[in-house]
Amino acid sequence: MDMTVAKKKLGLKERYAVMTRGLDWTPSYQKMEDIYPYIAYEGIKIHDWDKWEDPFRLTMDAYWKYQAEKERKLYSVLDAYTQNNGHLNVTDARYLNTVKLFLSGISPLEYVAHRGFAHAGRQFPGPGPRVACLMQSLDEIRHAQTQVHAVSNYNKYYNGMHDFHHAHDRVWFLSVPKSFFDDAITAGPFEFMVSIGFSFEYVLTNLLFVPFVSGAAYNGDMAAMTFGFSAQSDEARHMTLGLEVIKFILEQDPDNVPIVQRWIDKWTWRGYRVLTLVAMMMDYMLPKRTMSWKESWEIYFEENGGALFKDLARYGIKMPKCAEQIALEKDHLSHQAWSTFYNYAAAANFHTWMPDEDEMEWLSSKYPNSFDKHYRPRYEFWREQAAKGNRFYNKTLPMLCQTCQIPMIFTEPGDATKTCYREVDYKNEKYHFCSDYCKEIFEHEPEKYVQAWLPVHQIYQGNCFPEGTDPTVEGFDPLAKVLEYYHLEHGRDNLDFDISEDKKNFAEWRGQATKNV
Amino acid sequence: MSTVFLALQTNEETRPIIEAILQDNPSAVVDEQPAMVKINADGRLVVRRQTIEEITGRDYDLQELQVNMITMSGNLDQTDDEITLFWKA
Repeated sequence: MDMTVAKKKLGLKERYAVMTRGLDWTPSYQKMEDIYPYIAYEGIKIHDWDKWEDPFRLTMDAYWKYQAEKERKLYSVLDAYTQNNGHLNVTDARYLNTVKLFLSGISPLEYVAHRGFAHAGRQFPGPGPRVACLMQSLDEIRHAQTQVHAVSNYNKYYNGMHDFHHAHDRVWFLSVPKSFFDDAITAGPFEFMVSIGFSFEYVLTNLLFVPFVSGAAYNGDMAAMTFGFSAQSDEARHMTLGLEVIKFILEQDPDNVPIVQRWIDKWTWRGYRVLTLVAMMMDYMLPKRTMSWKESWEIYFEENGGALFKDLARYGIKMPKCAEQIALEKDHLSHQAWSTFYNYAAAANFHTWMPDEDEMEWLSSKYPNSFDKHYRPRYEFWREQAAKGNRFYNKTLPMLCQTCQIPMIFTEPGDATKTCYREVDYKNEKYHFCSDYCKEIFEHEPEKYVQAWLPVHQIYQGNCFPEGTDPTVEGFDPLAKVLEYYHLEHGRDNLDFDISEDKKNFAEWRGQATKNV
Repeated sequence: MSTVFLALQTNEETRPIIEAILQDNPSAVVDEQPAMVKINADGRLVVRRQTIEEITGRDYDLQELQVNMITMSGNLDQTDDEITLFWKA
């Protein structure tokens, strides 16, 4: 009788080889340059695509298995949270503004990342990066979907989240994250990988997800915590992809080094500017703080990014020089951002407020060099004015930076009393910048950035009112019409937290949850 | 040497894994944060399948770690037996 001998299972390395390179073939009747038309124009030279290997050696069969497990875990936690009226367990209703910011500012980027990686993956001739990009593309659409699902439960009870994607494409400050990603996906496939895969995922993603997710855990938001962790379990893989891609490109040809260095410089700065929103979230919007923006920058960028750039030095890659300016800004960034949002609370899809006395103390202790000197007096004045019934809502539109699209709110590096302002004349037009780095990025690719859709310009040009609006009628209120165009309801979705429906409802519902009524 | 780290979710699945990592990496230091355990080590950190199997008393596939990973730092290499995080400089 014949005995069937069980075949030995393939080892990880062999399985990876079979399931990536083993699935590739050499085209016989089409030219490579016709199949991969975008691969040459950025100037990156690749000699051997097979040198690229995913260090996790994850193959699609294993991918589906573990992703399915992550989804099962995630949705069982979400169900339990919803069934238990979990939204009433968050620290206080101010916290929910973090969720609004995340949903309208970040979740739509996950979707664009999905498209970006699908596109980049399609363009790479090597099967290794193609498979890794495919997985990341699927991860990103999963993140967008799970975030929308997790937050939809809050949308049943709280304001400002009802039309987040519409808001993402229109609301003034949301053009900051939106244009960042639009910039990345309109670059070539290699620059996209360096921008999102490396600079954002490897260098900066810890600053977005780790504080946000620990913040959610600290503030009783199990929904955001669980989608955050579920997404973050994919991020470890994305970070690895980002680092491998950089090393691969650098090892392929010395001519690639200066091109990659320029991209790293550009995208570290671009990414950092977007993180302004995270900085103010950490320092102002979490009722229970995890760590300050400054501390998290020191751990995740200065320490961890420092180790990374030391490791990349063998290829001739240097720490981006913008890191020096960022170090000077870390005492000021979150305060300048929060002051701006406090001013523009009438035009945003979330509420703002002045920190209370305990919170001011916390800020003083975390920012001993800047808070009491520059920001506390300002806040105390605004608080006094609000108490007298003069809560200030700025109705004048700010000048925006042509590159990062953030209002010109930042101060000169090293002088917190003077607004930083740069300008460039290009083809008889004047362009404004918040910093030397945004100016440099523009100067290198002016034809790209002159096309920026700047919300303030668009409002002044009359492009942000509902159709049929006549701005010439007497008593025309531009802000009211802009809010209508944003699908935001004045007095409900905007203004100070203190007078918000969210605050009132949360107090009432929490009361009902702990008493018989 | 720069620090490498691995951060895992705090749960019952990662408890024996963290124990195994500490056993295999004498320089490793645990930093417990809200819902997250971060393990820092000097220059190099190894996760060994065999140690995890000895502690849990069952077969373990290192790819299972994908489900509970939060973040990491360093170059990575994974085989059937080990996950290694390291800096070269």
